[in-house]
Amino acid sequence: MDAEAPILEVRDLSVSFRSQGRDVPIVENVSFAVGAREILGIVGESGSGKSVTAMTIMGLIDAPGVRVTGSALFRGQELIGMPQKALRRLRGRKIAMIFQDPMTAFTPVYTIGWQIDEQIRAHEKLGKAEARSRTVRLLGDMGVPDPERTANRYPHQLSGGLRQRAMIAMALSCNPALLIADEPTTALDVTVQAQILDLIRTLRADYGSSVLLITHDMGVVAETCDRVMVLYSGRIAERGPCDAIFAHPGHPYTAALLDSIPPLTGPRPERLPSIAGAPPPPLERPVGCAFAPRCHFTHDTCHALPPLQRYGQQDIACVLPKEGRPMPPRVTEYAQ
Amino acid sequence: MAAALLRRLGQTLFVLFGISVLVFLVFFATPGADPTARIAGKNASPETMAKVRHEYGFDRPLPVQYATMMKKLFITRDLASYVDRGELVVPEIIEAAPVTLSLATGGAVIWVLASVTMGTLAAAFRGTWIDRGLMIAGLIGISIPVFWLGQVANLITQARYHDTWLFSWVPGLGYVPFTESPIGWFKVLIIPWIVLAVLFIGIYGRVLRADLVAVSGEDFMRTARAKGLSPARVLLRHGLRTSMITFVSLFGLDFAQLIGGGALLTEVVFGLQGVGRLTYQALSNLDLPLIMASVMYSAVFVVLANAVVDVIYVFLDPRVRDGR
Repeated sequence: MDAEAPILEVRDLSVSFRSQGRDVPIVENVSFAVGAREILGIVGESGSGKSVTAMTIMGLIDAPGVRVTGSALFRGQELIGMPQKALRRLRGRKIAMIFQDPMTAFTPVYTIGWQIDEQIRAHEKLGKAEARSRTVRLLGDMGVPDPERTANRYPHQLSGGLRQRAMIAMALSCNPALLIADEPTTALDVTVQAQILDLIRTLRADYGSSVLLITHDMGVVAETCDRVMVLYSGRIAERGPCDAIFAHPGHPYTAALLDSIPPLTGPRPERLPSIAGAPPPPLERPVGCAFAPRCHFTHDTCHALPPLQRYGQQDIACVLPKEGRPMPPRVTEYAQ
Repeated sequence: MAAALLRRLGQTLFVLFGISVLVFLVFFATPGADPTARIAGKNASPETMAKVRHEYGFDRPLPVQYATMMKKLFITRDLASYVDRGELVVPEIIEAAPVTLSLATGGAVIWVLASVTMGTLAAAFRGTWIDRGLMIAGLIGISIPVFWLGQVANLITQARYHDTWLFSWVPGLGYVPFTESPIGWFKVLIIPWIVLAVLFIGIYGRVLRADLVAVSGEDFMRTARAKGLSPARVLLRHGLRTSMITFVSLFGLDFAQLIGGGALLTEVVFGLQGVGRLTYQALSNLDLPLIMASVMYSAVFVVLANAVVDVIYVFLDPRVRDGR
């Protein structure tokens, strides 16, 4: 396989739920690619469709009335519409997932080690002892102190940080090519957050995994990701290399998000800028730009759905750059 | 461990004391319950009444009477019925206990196996006709009165179709001790077991299904699926195993209640001389010694069953293990 070919290539992915006789679009025409050993961040607020996108790729959405269209190629294999049996062989082995709340993501009645062993033995013909020794090694690699003893502990006996490390160990247990991390640090306190992000960054060197990092925290993106995709209300707002987006965001939404991060240098702002209003519920999404009702730059052309257009290194779903009025580059350099 | 056992023993004694005092006081507060008149017989002369009252100690203060009764019940074990004179109460209970124990245990085995199967199948095929069919069957099982079902079962197996090949093996009503003939014991009890279990299969099957459906929305079930486990494994090893915690606590209560004599209707319909029937008899005769003995017996089992459930809990739920 070509080293340059992306591990995961998603094209025009749309997901809609059927509710009260109507199809409610949750995710609309989302496309992105994750290259080998790359960390792609998907950013968006609650309800922007980032988790649904991840769950769809994993084939974990099977509620009745869900319609998924588009394509998601994992190393050339189509994931959308793949039979559950085949998906099951990929899940946990080639594509693994880390969840937001490590408190509830482990089954409470089994030990951590048992649950990691279970995943290993579901995919590989290994004896109990062999699986356990790998589990202990993984836990050790993840920085879990005294891994042998920790493996024999129950989820509720561990701290949030340790649980998330165990979760990552479990996700990595079969050496997946792609790791999907759904808000892996949201439930953790800040110091632990930094440790877990460090851990995720080292994964690509140590395990060669690509990572799809879902978060609502621009700070996490800045610290971790190579490229970033900003979702707003189920649609792509902006997509591109992390540095470029942080230096000169092209979409007013991205710019507003970045403005709401407290600056590390310079005078302390009286009040952080915030984005007034709330994202539209899926059923009331405007025909045109979904961000238009909250945007400072709204004008007539915003009432048609803006296509995703290349501008510099980024793809931007906004009419401003094409109209020759791109967003100004950011004044404050983001902290590197 | 020893401390926990001692604490449990202390609790048991306390519960028994409380219940016995309550039963005792309620009995003497009940109008028309005065045992003297019954024992003395109809139209007894005042002298006879006074003699009986003195002989039985009814003229002594209540605490003394209570203490005497407890002594007779637990220490000398020669407490006699007020109604059937000379009939000792403790041997009666001891004779009835194995009947009830056999009935409740066998029924429990059937209802646990059947309801776990039913609830799990319904949850696995959620929303399909299998699910709906099982749940309707469960509702029917809950709605059928056990005495009616028992009578119909008797009608079919004892009378109407008794001579056909299907039911010719069914023995007559009554009880055969296990020690006498295990096969006979099984044959005579299998139909009562099923009849007793039907209601519980319905309840437990529905409860378990609801629990499994609720659990299926939990994060850890999603994790289990994301690990690439088969749906059966996700449902059984992760879902069912977790749901068992609720199931067991429900089971403990119901089972204790049955052992303590709650299977009265089944016992009556199938002519089984169990504790339920004994309690019923004692209550209808207002026979305090027998009431006291059967209530004590039943209380012991309720407390005991709760203790067993607590122990099973510790095995089922590691979070409880650390909590104590």
